[in-house]
Amino acid sequence: MARVWLSLLLLVMLPVSSTWAGQSPVKPQIRVGLMPIFVDDQAAFINSWHDYLERHLGRPVTFVQRGSYREIVDMLRDGKLDFAWLCGYPYVRNKAYLRLVAVPLYKGKPLYRSYLIVPSSDKQTKSLKEMRGKIFAFSDPDSNSGYLYPEYLLTTEGEKSFTFFDRTFYTWSHRKVIEAVAIGLAQGGAVDGYIWDTLAQSHPELTSQTRILLKSPELGFPPIVASVAARNEAVTAMQQMLLGMARDQDGSRLLKELNLDGFVRGDRHLYDEIDRMSQFVEKSRMNVLQKH
Amino acid sequence: MYFKNISLKYKIPLRVAALVIVTAFVLASTMVYRDIKELRNHTVAHAFRMGGAMSDTVVAPMLHDDVWRTFEIINTPFRTPQHPVPDQSAADQGAEYILILDTANKVYVSTQPDRFPMQSNPAIAEPLFAEVLKKLPELRDLHPAVVESTTSDDLFLLTPIHSGGVMIGTLVMTYSKTPFTAHLYSLAWEAILITLLVLAVLLPLSLYWGQRMAAPLLQLSAAMNKITPNLPESSDIVLDESNDEIGQLGKAFKSMLVELKEKEHLQQQVIASDRLAAIGRLAAGVAHEINNPLGGMLNAISTYKRHGGQDPLTLKTISILERGLLQIKDTVAALLVEAKAKARYFDQNDVNDICTLVQPDIQAKHVNFLLQNNITEALSVPSTLARQVIINLLLNAIHATQQHGHVRLHIHRDGNNLLIDVSNDGSYIPKDMISYLFEPFTSLNEKGSGLGLWVIYQIVQQLGGLITVQSEPGETQFIVQLPLQEQHE
Repeated sequence: MARVWLSLLLLVMLPVSSTWAGQSPVKPQIRVGLMPIFVDDQAAFINSWHDYLERHLGRPVTFVQRGSYREIVDMLRDGKLDFAWLCGYPYVRNKAYLRLVAVPLYKGKPLYRSYLIVPSSDKQTKSLKEMRGKIFAFSDPDSNSGYLYPEYLLTTEGEKSFTFFDRTFYTWSHRKVIEAVAIGLAQGGAVDGYIWDTLAQSHPELTSQTRILLKSPELGFPPIVASVAARNEAVTAMQQMLLGMARDQDGSRLLKELNLDGFVRGDRHLYDEIDRMSQFVEKSRMNVLQKH
Repeated sequence: MYFKNISLKYKIPLRVAALVIVTAFVLASTMVYRDIKELRNHTVAHAFRMGGAMSDTVVAPMLHDDVWRTFEIINTPFRTPQHPVPDQSAADQGAEYILILDTANKVYVSTQPDRFPMQSNPAIAEPLFAEVLKKLPELRDLHPAVVESTTSDDLFLLTPIHSGGVMIGTLVMTYSKTPFTAHLYSLAWEAILITLLVLAVLLPLSLYWGQRMAAPLLQLSAAMNKITPNLPESSDIVLDESNDEIGQLGKAFKSMLVELKEKEHLQQQVIASDRLAAIGRLAAGVAHEINNPLGGMLNAISTYKRHGGQDPLTLKTISILERGLLQIKDTVAALLVEAKAKARYFDQNDVNDICTLVQPDIQAKHVNFLLQNNITEALSVPSTLARQVIINLLLNAIHATQQHGHVRLHIHRDGNNLLIDVSNDGSYIPKDMISYLFEPFTSLNEKGSGLGLWVIYQIVQQLGGLITVQSEPGETQFIVQLPLQEQHE
């Protein structure tokens, strides 16, 4: 049985150098970078994705995998990558370098929530305030649901996570936040609600060991973005392919495995709330710095 | 004490069982001890390797304060591929739990976060750690160490985690000895099973051996019990022949029995001859006492007959008295056998005379008489007495045999003895009669006086010889052995 990994899927396209392209009649090669995803048979799923992309984009595809959002964002900003499926938080912070390609539809909407979870054995805790002095797990410092939202909540209370909690750590994956909370390594964690819900269907024995303490308001779903370096032709091809996925059989199957309904063109204003939270937290940090 | 009374049949199997159990116990204990020691060494060696590998691997995440990665590394041994949630039960021979202590000896991370939360003092959750923590300063030389708790069965392997020679934490792997105990029990159980199996095979065998060993002893003891009241015949004693100790015992018993029989026989002979001697003395005494007045009475009668009156009634009375007295004299004379020293020696002519004398009796009964005479010269034995003995024996033999029966006389010299062997095939003498055979008035038939054999015995005794009789159905044999007298002129 394959392991299930939490994840953000990153699609990365890297245009092949002009010399190579010039000598070949085929379209430029596409390198697709991925992060671990949460389906059971990850390798098979990635192969399916890979085949699907090559078939529909009509060009060679290569995947690149990295362990944190920051590395992906850095590669995007450096122009080493053309496309990425990125969290809303790094997207709003790097809006200047990124173009919105498509937004996944989850339960018919391009929206999701952040969940704050505690171990199911913890029956007392009712609010984030009661978590003071505890051990808390974040997924990634660049994750909206896995870091920004709880940080924002604490900031509105005049707190900072690194002082409010006794100890915090990153698991670099949403699924591992759930695991850490389930086994009691952390007494609380912030996790992508879409991933928690999806795992609750496929692995209820894992999610049942956690209890949702609170849910965030609906926020913009992590979008597919293109770097400014991406060619318009490639961006269009990618956009067309994604928007059409729900309409063909293979695409539907892949979307079903991801527990998504499809992709929409999306609107950058979807992420205004994340932007606001980000700026609020940022400003608060600046204030602290200025005080010192 | 009770054990002493148990039959060998059961003693041997019991001893075999005891031996098997003792052997199995000693062997099993040795092997179990070795096995457990080996298992422990194996576990410790394995722990050292794993601890070394882990402490190297966790350096980087720990330097980055990446708790989750550190946890994932130390939790690797506990992960089962089937379950996304780390299985917290320890695998066989694996660590029970692993934790990493920071430089302040607080829990950095553990595989049992419920029990050892991050940043807690491990001694709170597990008092044994108070003991373990005391050993920590000894780890400053950056070498791993094994700490065996004095109060519990747990084993702690401490591996320092260091980066560039600087301690950044300690990896603690805890091993419960419960698997050792379980292993011990399973080994002990196996040993018991095998012992029972061996016993199941050996017990019937040893029961059989016990029977085999006890049987001849029981046979012997049964034979010994037969000794009283009467010594049994050798043929009645059945003992297995063998040369082992029991066989030797049986042989010794048999030879003892033979000796006992001989002794008994000898005793009977001594008793018989003592009795005969006593009777002889009594008879001689009585005969002498009677002879003196008897002589006087006969003289008186003789004188009276010569000089007394002629009254016919008186004479008739005197005559009756005289006949009676003469009969008494004959009887007394017979009782008072006296060897006449002055006599000529026995020779061939005597044998011929004897044959002539018994001829009428032989012919009357049509007896087949066989004479074997090996005497060619005169032998220094008083002829009168020898003749009396031979004639008496022959007449007895002829009497005893039936019509047309067989009688054999064999006279020969054997060294310094004259041997007279008379045998017949007539009715045999019952065993209980033989003891009294030579006593006076013991008659084998109604006609005899019962003094014949007495006289023979007295003569033989006085001549310093021996008389023996063997009688069984079909043959009765008297052998008389008379020593030759020294030639003196």
